Amino acid sequence: MFEHELFIAATAGILVSMSLALTRAILGPTVYDRVLAVNTFGTKTVLLIAALGFLTERPEFLDLALVYALINFIGTIAVLKFFEFGDLGLTRRAEAEAD
Amino acid sequence: MELALDVLSWLAIVGGLFFMIVGTVGLLRMPDVFTRLHAAGMTDTMGAGFLLLGMCLQAGVGLLHAESLESLVQGALVLVRLVLLYAFLLFTSPISTHALARAALSGGVQPYTTVREG
Repeated sequence: MFEHELFIAATAGILVSMSLALTRAILGPTVYDRVLAVNTFGTKTVLLIAALGFLTERPEFLDLALVYALINFIGTIAVLKFFEFGDLGLTRRAEAEAD
Repeated sequence: MELALDVLSWLAIVGGLFFMIVGTVGLLRMPDVFTRLHAAGMTDTMGAGFLLLGMCLQAGVGLLHAESLESLVQGALVLVRLVLLYAFLLFTSPISTHALARAALSGGVQPYTTVREG
């Protein structure tokens, strides 16, 4: 009963909070604020894809949501590692050579 | 049965939207990165959790309407995917929050503190 309205409401609410997160990503004074906002935005995108899958009655959208959740996580960790070490893979080797 | 599932899923999804929007308003209004991490963690656990719970209940309504074995299996697979999605979020959200806090701290962001007298 009222499934359509339910998922339209869910999609609209998720879009509102996505726009708020995007505002923080644009405003964010430090780079970490932006990474945090983009990570939150990605989580909301996962939920938006899932809600859209229910709205259009295409359950295969949930597979896309799963893949997006994992890519979002890997992306956040990669960006953070890059900002912390200035490099994505050479840190360990440089340490080993210094020893 | 179906009415109860529908009402519960409405409650879960509206509650999830509430937590999600409140958490994102916190992300906008909190004073520094570390407090913003706290607000963003809220959207990942409560917001996403309640939204996915509501979707699970809606998938359960679909299971009640299943006529053939094939559609029953399809509906059950939707439930499995939703639970997997929440499990992934449950693992990845604290890890990325922790990594972000460490990176911000070693990147020289000063945590926001109140000024103490004396």
